[in-house]
Amino acid sequence: MKWLDEFRKRELAEKLLPKIEELAREPVNIMDVCGTHTVAIFRHGIKDMLPANITLLSGPGCPVCVTPPSEIDKAIVLSRQPGVLLVTFGDMMRVPGNFSRLENERARGAQIKVVYSVQEALNLAMKYPLLKVVFLAIGFETTSPTVASVIMEAYRQNILNLFFLNAHKLIPPAMGALLDSKEINIHGFLCPGHVSTIIGSRPYEFIPQDYGIPCVISGFEPLDILQSIYLLLKQRTEGEAKVEIQYQRCVKPEGNIVAQQVLQEVFEIDGSFWRGLGYIPRSGLKLREKYAHLDVERVFDLDSLLPKEIPQDVREETAGCLCGEILRGTESPPQCPLFATTCTPYHPVGACMVSSEGTCATYYKYHYKVITSPRKRGE
Amino acid sequence: MEEKHILLAHGSGGQLTRELIEKVIVEPFRNPILSLLQDSAIFSREGLKFAFTTDSFVVKPIFFPGGDIGRLAICGTVNDLAMSGAVPLYLSSSLILEEGFPLGDLEKILDSMRQAAEEAEITVITGDTKVVEKESADGIFINTAGIGLIKNDVEISPFQIRVGDKIIVSGYIGDHGMAVLSEREGLSFRTGLKSDCAPLNKLVAKMLQVSKKIHCLRDPTRGGLAAVLNELSRQSGPGMIIEEEKVPLREEVKAASEILGIDPFQVANEGILVAIVDSQEAEKIVAAIRETPWGKAAEIIGEVIPYPEGMVLLKTGVGGTRILDMPAGEILPRIC
Amino acid sequence: MCLGIPARIIKIEGDRAEVEAGGIIQTALLTLLPDVQVGDYVILHAGFAIQKIDEQEALETLRLLESLN
Repeated sequence: MKWLDEFRKRELAEKLLPKIEELAREPVNIMDVCGTHTVAIFRHGIKDMLPANITLLSGPGCPVCVTPPSEIDKAIVLSRQPGVLLVTFGDMMRVPGNFSRLENERARGAQIKVVYSVQEALNLAMKYPLLKVVFLAIGFETTSPTVASVIMEAYRQNILNLFFLNAHKLIPPAMGALLDSKEINIHGFLCPGHVSTIIGSRPYEFIPQDYGIPCVISGFEPLDILQSIYLLLKQRTEGEAKVEIQYQRCVKPEGNIVAQQVLQEVFEIDGSFWRGLGYIPRSGLKLREKYAHLDVERVFDLDSLLPKEIPQDVREETAGCLCGEILRGTESPPQCPLFATTCTPYHPVGACMVSSEGTCATYYKYHYKVITSPRKRGE
Repeated sequence: MEEKHILLAHGSGGQLTRELIEKVIVEPFRNPILSLLQDSAIFSREGLKFAFTTDSFVVKPIFFPGGDIGRLAICGTVNDLAMSGAVPLYLSSSLILEEGFPLGDLEKILDSMRQAAEEAEITVITGDTKVVEKESADGIFINTAGIGLIKNDVEISPFQIRVGDKIIVSGYIGDHGMAVLSEREGLSFRTGLKSDCAPLNKLVAKMLQVSKKIHCLRDPTRGGLAAVLNELSRQSGPGMIIEEEKVPLREEVKAASEILGIDPFQVANEGILVAIVDSQEAEKIVAAIRETPWGKAAEIIGEVIPYPEGMVLLKTGVGGTRILDMPAGEILPRIC
Repeated sequence: MCLGIPARIIKIEGDRAEVEAGGIIQTALLTLLPDVQVGDYVILHAGFAIQKIDEQEALETLRLLESLN
């Protein structure tokens, strides 16, 4: 595949690694903000290639992980309404809400459909005019413009049976909130490459300016990630802190202006709750008044539909879940009492384990078994 | 959130499927032959060794590039028998038809089955036909059972696997799953992909002619290569390591996997096998596979290692190493 | 989930394009990237083209990596 394969060449990785080793003289913590980076790092075995001095921390850039349980609850009660077709990206199916998951609801008869693109939600609304099609809109700045453009299309065509359960979030404010919490010690950020194709490099400037931390906007192929780690180490060694674009072939400093305009037209910025991080001001998107009739929360009385109490057995099962701390990078998965006992990728309790990009899911697959293999334990 | 209902994920061939089978389904019937949970049950009577197997087919859509549910049904069961080293002899075919199913489609499917049976040189000798009301079956479901004979000197099972053995795959991975996915609603790409659905008994026969040191055979259907290698590793004890660069993968399947965010190692195949063989015989066996029409792309992709036990490692294209884990969740429902 | 892959534009019809990646042909919406031409490479995300790939920059990055020793 053109412009993909070239950035996976082993010979070039072998040139970068000694350069990285040279600069990794002392322990350094690098946070990859975006879930897709977490997956790329795992999938290509990059941790295994890096010197032991470099610790890669996974940040809150996993939209599946940070969507609060209350949003899932809203999606669930909507899917239980007669005449409603809930449409969602596949990753959300297994995420735990406060009392159930979409996957279980579908097994019990709710109309829920998995799609790969928000465009399909529009197609479904047009195909089934008697159904109320509700799209669970999650994702960061890469995805929200695509949703915004479909919302504009629905408005233009006067589609009256398509609604959006809006849970979009913004990445830079979350990075700021993490740094403000002072709980973690990060020496550099790998910034999300595709979010940056939309927003450009300016929204990250406050990080080197106000916190003195280097930022490199990184592509997703192994060579991109390795080169970005090298650039971060280089900034650190030279005592510099700035926003650098490694992913030059796709990211312009100004980003994608058309996409930004579409976002501005449809959404306004609002405060938002993040699972694990709590409330972060100006970190989410809200539909503007003009599009209020497409906002499921303004059209349905969701409060009356949501259950008043979380069932006892659910509260017991989730007691002790450290997803919050893990998302903030202050605890690691083995420190969670549920990790690998009641919470595994096959029976996930918390969001960090559900998402294929989640820290716990990745840790479980990569580290856990090697450490606890009977031979290694001395049996 | 204790599971009180069957989830779609229970059918995907990964961890949840295993758990459902081991903890719920096998329980009432527990016996030594069943407990081995191999592709075929092996038993001896009158000095003869038999392999017996059954499979149900619920693939959606029924017709896909490179095949249909009928071809899948014949090949699937023939292959389960072949993987225990058996010569497949006879099959049964049970059809559950939905009210309203077009007769023309039924005829096409039956003709596919006839062709596949001819290719495999087996005969369908018994069957059953039921009809259910509209909405009670998705068009057509097929169940096949098959019986075959294993020569007395052939011993093929995970318990034969030894450290140092080489791992061979007979062809490209992911073709079937991706071809089916491309036909499904909602996926907008047009590809040149076809399912690899094929009977492998003659391929296995050729391999057995050439070597007596074939330790284990498996066809990576649901859950793909990852599921099969993990199952074999857990059942036999040692670990495995495979090299991403050596695994045959078509450009389009790789592209489709990247687009959908699916791991091709977890995608179903219906016309390839994995063979674990003595390291001294590996080259000879691969050469023999390549001479057959079904195995032109065969490669040695890895080996069995002592540690980490019961786990499969992958040396990635760029040079890192990671765990190739058992699939979780519903990757591709109704794939076979 | 910032899954995006490089794809080449092979046909444009209004705000829709046919794109090709590794032999797979898909439809992509150009609403967020109106100024593209047949032959351009773009990043595809969830059915939309979100940014053009600057091939010169791509080659430059590779050249830089090749020159390391």
